[in-house]
Amino acid sequence: MRNIWTIAIREYKAYFSSLTAYLFAFIMLLVVGVFTTLSIISSLNYFGQVPPPDVQVVIYPVAFLLVFACPAFSMRLLSEEQRSGTIELLLTAPVRDVEVVIGKWLGSFLLVLTLIAITLIYPVALNMMTSPGIDQGLMISGYLGLILISAVFLSVGVAVSSLFSNQIATFVVSLGIVILIWWILGVFGQVGGGNPVISFLDLSSHFYNDLTQGVISLRGVVYALCLTAGFLTLGTVSVETRRWR
Amino acid sequence: MIQVEGLTKDYGLRRAIDHLTFHAEKGEILGFLGPNGAGKTTTMRILCGYMPPTSGMVKVAGFDIVDQSLEVRRRVGYMPETVPLYPDMSVFEYLKFMADLRHLPNVEERVDEVLETVHMADRAESLVSSLSKGMRQRIGLAQAIVHKPEVLILDEPTIGLDPAQIVDVRNMIREIGKERTILLSTHILSEAQQICDRVLIINKGHIAAEDTPERLQARLTGSGRIYLKIKGDDDGLETALKKIPGIVNIFPQGDGAYEVGMVAGQDLRPEIARVVVKGGFDLLEIHPMGVSLEEIFMQLTRDEPQPPTISDEGIIEEPELD
Repeated sequence: MRNIWTIAIREYKAYFSSLTAYLFAFIMLLVVGVFTTLSIISSLNYFGQVPPPDVQVVIYPVAFLLVFACPAFSMRLLSEEQRSGTIELLLTAPVRDVEVVIGKWLGSFLLVLTLIAITLIYPVALNMMTSPGIDQGLMISGYLGLILISAVFLSVGVAVSSLFSNQIATFVVSLGIVILIWWILGVFGQVGGGNPVISFLDLSSHFYNDLTQGVISLRGVVYALCLTAGFLTLGTVSVETRRWR
Repeated sequence: MIQVEGLTKDYGLRRAIDHLTFHAEKGEILGFLGPNGAGKTTTMRILCGYMPPTSGMVKVAGFDIVDQSLEVRRRVGYMPETVPLYPDMSVFEYLKFMADLRHLPNVEERVDEVLETVHMADRAESLVSSLSKGMRQRIGLAQAIVHKPEVLILDEPTIGLDPAQIVDVRNMIREIGKERTILLSTHILSEAQQICDRVLIINKGHIAAEDTPERLQARLTGSGRIYLKIKGDDDGLETALKKIPGIVNIFPQGDGAYEVGMVAGQDLRPEIARVVVKGGFDLLEIHPMGVSLEEIFMQLTRDEPQPPTISDEGIIEEPELD
C-alpha cells in the first residue's frame, strides 16, 4: 500500500511539472463554464415558464470531456516509463507489479478527482442563483457517477499504456476502448428493442439512467468497480508478461 | 553472495546467454568483460530481478531470483547502462522517491548522505533534466546504493564519462566495494584491472575466461610481441633480427619501428637489444606490446563451441572436441 501511494504521489506531482494538467483544467472549466452560463441565460429568458437549470448542466459536459481527458492523462503513465527506460529501475525496486499499475492509476485518478472537484464551483454557484437551490442528492449521485466513470476510463488507459511505448498509440487505442464501452455499446443496446446483456454492459446507461437521475444503483456501482479492477488486472498481467518477453 | 548455475536466457529463437555458471563472494568486485551483445546486460538484468531466466538457478544473498524476487530486489542495487531518470524531478526528489520505495527509515537524512558520497550534495535541488551525463551517472550510482545493498550491480558505470569523471567514479566504486559484493560490466580492460578482484570474459553468452585481471593480462601478453624502435637508417636490421632463435615474425611499422613476434613464454628483449646495438643501430625504444581487450577477445573467443578453461598455471586449456 505504501508503494502504491509513493508511486501515485510521484505521478500526481509529475502532471503539474508540465502544462498538461493546467491546460486540461483550463479547458474543462471553460467548457463547463460556457455550458452552465448558457443554460442559466436561456432559463432566464423563459423566467417562470421552465424550471431553473439543475446540476446536470454541469455533469453532462464534464462526462463528455472525461471521455477524451482520461485517455490523454493516462497515455503517459507506463508508455513513457517504457520509452525512457525508467521502468527498468521501477521494476528492479522491491515493488510488486500490481503496486506499480495501481500506483500509476491512482496518480492519474487523483488528478482527475482534483479537476472534478474544481468543477464543484458551478453547482455551488447554481445553488446560490436558483431558488430553492439545486437538488443536492442529484448532485452527489451525479458526481459519484463522474468519479466512477473516471476510474474506469483511467484503468483502460493504464492497461493500454502497459502495451505501448508510444504515447499517441496508447491514446488512440484507449480512446477507442473508452468510446466502445461508453457510446457504441449504448447504440447496440438500443437497437431492436434493446438486448438486456448489452444494455447492462453499456456503462453510459448506468450513468445517464441512474446516477445522473439521483439513483445510486448497486449494480451500476459494482459494474464500474469491476470494470476498473478488470482493466487494472489486465495492466498488471501485461507488465508481468513484459518481464518474460 | 551471488551464485549462478547453468543460467540460460532466450529471446525468442535467439539464445542471449547459454549455461553461464559463476559465483561472487562477499566483498568481492567481479568484472564482466565482453563485446556488445555478449550477454552482459541480460545477465545483470536477470540478477537484479528485472527479468526471469529461461532456465538455470540464480541465488543472490541466499534468495532465489525467481521464487523470492522481492527479497532479492531488496538486497540488490542496480545501475543500468544508460541511467534512466525522471526529468521532471529534482535530484533530491528522485532519490527520495527511490528511497521511499525501499521503505528506508530517515529517508531525507540517508539521501543527503548518498549525495555526499557521490559528490552531488550541491546539486540536490537541480532538476534531473539539467544534469550532465557524468552527473546523471552519479545519481544512478546514488540510487543504487541508497539502501546500502549487499550486492551492487553496475552496468558500464563509466561509459560516456570524461577522464576526470571516470577516475572519480572508479574511486567511488572501490570505496563502496570494500563492504559489498559488486558485479560490474565494462569494455575497458584497464578499468577491470584497476577495480576488479576477478574478471569474467563473456562472449556470445558463454564464459570465455575467468581469472584475476593481472593473471589474465600476463598470460595473454606472454604470447610474445615486442615493440622496437630505432633511430635513423635501419637497413639490414630485419635480417639480423631474424637470426635470433625464437623470433617468429617481424612487421616493419615504418619510421624505424617494428613489431616483433616471439615464441610464447620467452622474453627475447636482451637478445634483440644486443643484436640492435651490435649491428650499429641506435636503439630508441624496446618494450613488450600491451594486449588490448579486442585482441584478448580474438584470442579467447574464436567461435569455440565450448569455453576454454584455465588451469592453475594460467594456461588456457581448449576443450576436447567430440
